[in-house]
Amino acid sequence: MPERHAIPVRSLLASLAIVLFPLAYALLANLSGETFHVTLATRIAILGLAATGLNLALGLGGLVSLGHAAFFGIGGYVAGIVASHAMGGEPLPFGLPASAQMASVWALAMLAAGLFALVVGAISLRTSGVAFIMITLAFAQLVFYLAIAWPGYGGEDGMALILRNPFFGLATMRPMTFFLIAFGALLAGLAAFAIIKASRFGAALQAARQNPDRLAALGVRPDRIQLVAFVISGAITALAGALYADLNRFVSPSMLSWHMSGELIVLVVLGGVGRLAGPLAGATLYVLLEHFLGGVTERWQFFLGLALLLVVLMGRGGLMSLLAPKGAGHG
Amino acid sequence: MSLPLLIEQALNGLQLGIMLFLMAAGLTLIFGVMGVINLAHGSLYMVGAFACAAVAAASGSFWLGLAASLAAAAVAGALVETTVIRRLYARDHLDQVLATFALILIFSEGTRWLFGSFPLYLDVPPLLQGAVALPGGVQYPAYRLAVIGLGIAVAIGLYLLIARTRLGMRIRAGENDREMIAALGVDIRSLNTIVFALGAALAGLAGATVGALQSVQVGMGEPVLILAFVVIVIGGIGSVRGAFYGALLIGFVDTAGRFFLPRIAGLFLPPADAGLLGSGLASMLIYAVMAVILALRPKGLFASHA
Repeated sequence: MPERHAIPVRSLLASLAIVLFPLAYALLANLSGETFHVTLATRIAILGLAATGLNLALGLGGLVSLGHAAFFGIGGYVAGIVASHAMGGEPLPFGLPASAQMASVWALAMLAAGLFALVVGAISLRTSGVAFIMITLAFAQLVFYLAIAWPGYGGEDGMALILRNPFFGLATMRPMTFFLIAFGALLAGLAAFAIIKASRFGAALQAARQNPDRLAALGVRPDRIQLVAFVISGAITALAGALYADLNRFVSPSMLSWHMSGELIVLVVLGGVGRLAGPLAGATLYVLLEHFLGGVTERWQFFLGLALLLVVLMGRGGLMSLLAPKGAGHG
Repeated sequence: MSLPLLIEQALNGLQLGIMLFLMAAGLTLIFGVMGVINLAHGSLYMVGAFACAAVAAASGSFWLGLAASLAAAAVAGALVETTVIRRLYARDHLDQVLATFALILIFSEGTRWLFGSFPLYLDVPPLLQGAVALPGGVQYPAYRLAVIGLGIAVAIGLYLLIARTRLGMRIRAGENDREMIAALGVDIRSLNTIVFALGAALAGLAGATVGALQSVQVGMGEPVLILAFVVIVIGGIGSVRGAFYGALLIGFVDTAGRFFLPRIAGLFLPPADAGLLGSGLASMLIYAVMAVILALRPKGLFASHA
């Protein structure tokens, strides 16, 4: 059976290169003592993970969410709030123990964001197209204003974490150690995406994007499938948000702003919608552009906008399709 | 709580609603005719405000500035339509979101380049300074009353344009069936450009008039843009009538929330916390209203067509 699984070698190699790039970058930077560049690689890994979460809803499910900053920010605020309670020795609401262990912070972040995604998705998925885009945006604004208004957690100024949350016995304040933790989370997120994409659920999700009526005729409710995908997508993005808060040791409403939602979409599309390594490719390009272009001109966002416009108007398929073009079809 | 205070708040709500309508009308027309979601509509609002402030500062006349805001926003709109938006009609919403998000970056950074990072100030014209005594013992700023009057005049003008003129007929036909009116010999390309420039001019006018009430700065269009989205989602996307009622609803709900919620929170909390929490809750109120309306009527209150 030679052609049952025609493995696209070039695509595999391109994905592998994209995934290994931040690791190589961080290792090299660490060897040469450039800890700033280790942090840069960590940013790539975390933003890549956040965008991978979005790619599940956007790429596989065709759900253009302009509100994923809400999940990213919820993850960040969970990490920040747990850390501040653990520091002060106060228990959390609902009698939850204030353990700042990253693993429990992550679980809490994903749970909180998943629940919120369930509510948002249940309402938003009653609509589609432009209305879906605007409603997800509006719900994210709701959380954004809540973060500003809620007294006690920094309001508009945000809140600083004094130390990174602990991860078992590791020295999380060391840049390379924290990079490896973030990179591990990224690999887990990519694995989750790949498993979901190849599963029966993933097939149904992609069918819900391509032809919801036919899927419904087969006895599968497309909106249920999409809702589950939206929840998983939100939870993965929240995990990235929790890591992002630990990376910067700072959370603020800007993590929840709608520019963040826009940037996450930019990452996915720059890299390649629906492709496994696409969001990571987009994040790599974005962070490096921000760093190197930002060093040349403080107006770098102007040029980013122009570049983005050209990518949308001229090219289709993003960076991944340059590295590993696909034949007909998508996904 | 005195009656004059309530009347004043009601007028504030009306004024906010009218301004939101100017933004939302353009957005919803552009979506209705061209099927394009334009995130950069807030940038056109900003262009109007900056054009007004710059021309008013140079010439000393607010009215010249107002004319300049209409012209600048319309020209910017026509330019954006012919260079970018035109290529997006056949694309999916994702590409439209991305391209117009890129336009926001270009407009914001470009404006910062031209005018610097500091806000500009635009004075209320001398003719409209001071307050007007209204029946019921209300003292209300003349400029805000004029803004309400202007907005209502524009809304009536827009209604007449769409319902009674040849251009309006083409716009309505364009909303129903683009291919068919193109086949009937209507130049759909120039119709698109005209509608986009019209929507842009309305946004620019809103930016200029609000610019005299607040400061003129980069990013000023984004909160308004998001409110306008809420308005058109509530009203039914593509429906100008829905945009009108949705804008008034949001204007009143937001103003009432900002007025009452801090006072209600003040019953339970110390004043400093109550003010912050109350205004934050007020910002959230309209989104909650939207969620309820959509849960009941997913297509909005005045869904125009499929």
